[in-house]
Amino acid sequence: MFDEKDMILDARHVTRKFPASNGRTLVACNDVSLRLYKGKTLGLVGESGCGKSTFMRFLVSLDTPTEGEIFFHGNDITKMRGEALRQNRQKIQMVFQDPSGSFNPKMKIRDIICEPLMNFKRIKKSEKDAVAKKYLELVDLPAEFADRYPHNMSGGQRQRIAIARAIVLEPEIVVMDEATCALDVSVQKTIIELVVKLQKEKNISIGFIAHDLGLIQSFAHQIAVMYLGDIVEVIPAEGSDKNAVHPYTKALMGAIFDINMDFSKKIESIESEAPSPLDVPKGCPFQDRCGHCIGICRQEHPVLTELKPGHEVSCHVFGKRGGKA
Amino acid sequence: MLGLRDVTISYKGRPTVKGFDLSLGQGKICSIVGESGSGKTTVIRAVLGLLGGGGRVTKGDILFEGRSLLSNTKEEWRRLRGTDISMIFQDSGAMTNQTRIIGRQFVEYIRTHEDMTKKDAWDKGIQMLERMRLPSGDNIMKSYPFQLSGGMRQRVGIAMAMTFQPKLLLADEPTSALDVTTQAQIVRQMMELRDTYKTSIIVVTHNLGVAAYMADYIVVMKDGEIVDAGDREKILHHPQSEYTRNLLEAVPSLGGERYV
Repeated sequence: MFDEKDMILDARHVTRKFPASNGRTLVACNDVSLRLYKGKTLGLVGESGCGKSTFMRFLVSLDTPTEGEIFFHGNDITKMRGEALRQNRQKIQMVFQDPSGSFNPKMKIRDIICEPLMNFKRIKKSEKDAVAKKYLELVDLPAEFADRYPHNMSGGQRQRIAIARAIVLEPEIVVMDEATCALDVSVQKTIIELVVKLQKEKNISIGFIAHDLGLIQSFAHQIAVMYLGDIVEVIPAEGSDKNAVHPYTKALMGAIFDINMDFSKKIESIESEAPSPLDVPKGCPFQDRCGHCIGICRQEHPVLTELKPGHEVSCHVFGKRGGKA
Repeated sequence: MLGLRDVTISYKGRPTVKGFDLSLGQGKICSIVGESGSGKTTVIRAVLGLLGGGGRVTKGDILFEGRSLLSNTKEEWRRLRGTDISMIFQDSGAMTNQTRIIGRQFVEYIRTHEDMTKKDAWDKGIQMLERMRLPSGDNIMKSYPFQLSGGMRQRVGIAMAMTFQPKLLLADEPTSALDVTTQAQIVRQMMELRDTYKTSIIVVTHNLGVAAYMADYIVVMKDGEIVDAGDREKILHHPQSEYTRNLLEAVPSLGGERYV
């Protein structure tokens, strides 16, 4: 469904292991392969601790994987060092969950927005006013905000500033880590509308982390579902509510409280909690919470297989072409 | 059973909640929804007499089983809280002492309200935890709060709150800090409480989906005032105010509107 030549980032078999106590290892990302396409949004969903933030941190070079490569325009960003890495950071920017925590409280908005440009010496001091004004307008905030400090703004306004700061370098990729989950629904809606508008104008690729499938599917092009470090399903966002086959994706969807749902129906959800990522069971990681578990699930780790173009599933029961879906 | 009549709550003379009315019968669930700063938490804190920072009920009355709560003495509050009315917070882990095991805190809580030996209180704690479908209650009693997951901590909080089968349970954003799967489990358990114990529940939440699923009655608040109130059907399908309509529209829904 995506044009291969539009692919701008290709993560191949990325694994990240953290050493844990008693000589054990925690596998935060296990053989993750994902691609980002120009001007498209990849939504990454999963429960807390499933490794979605760990993966996105590789893209912005805040961490490096233990194994695997991430190609950005043909160069492996995990191998970049020094000045090359610094220059590369201009192209991939990030928006964090809590904007108040990612701003220096003693800097004015003007300086916050212009700092990335100043770092790369792309503007002069005298141009700061004009640049700040331009980007404030772009994120639908009044130009007077340039003289404010982060603390006298609301959460939604701060998140707009964070977005302005991320796009000021004209990056090709913006990674958003739960960028709207601290906001009220109505504010969340306006932020998503802004992100979509900017994406269309500037043709940015977005990697969006969320735990709300309903939200993700409203504006992403592609959704990847992660469970205990594994990608269990990659699915085109459009129609994902009907086409999803992996039991975990379905469980996530079943657990959504929707205002249009049938309230007399019992809410479907998996009863147990996810096992500790320190002792992921052998075989399929989802086996203990899955209602369709068969013999092979306890023995063999399923691999991500293509079901339809753009739709990949990692499941012994539903992952086969022509399997019962 | 619980009635708030034209309640105005002020912090340092500035009204935060204005003219709040609510009647809640036995075994009913009411959701209060609204954005941050709309005063929804203030309302339920007032019911429990827990307004901090110089907050006071300046007008109106709060009635619980026909008695006004506003003239309660400290001793009367102490007897009421945790037995007849109890509360669940957003993160029950934060309300517990991190340096003491769950069990000691649970035992202390039970023994504050009921004359009981430590051993009996410990067993009662385990029994409550198991009723909340927490496996191996004894293990949890011996754990420190930080050793449990968010969902487990929340269940411990609910187990504690339900120990004395309160007539009224106040829940302040009980599922906001949880994953969707855990959220669904907690919501289901809270509704089972209502079915088993006939507990009345007030849930404060910003998640309209959760509010709609749980509640018989929904109150929408904005800037300290009620903008809409009524049963679920009315609020979802025939909202009176523009604000409620916008709020409903903003909720992302699976298979709903797409921006791209």
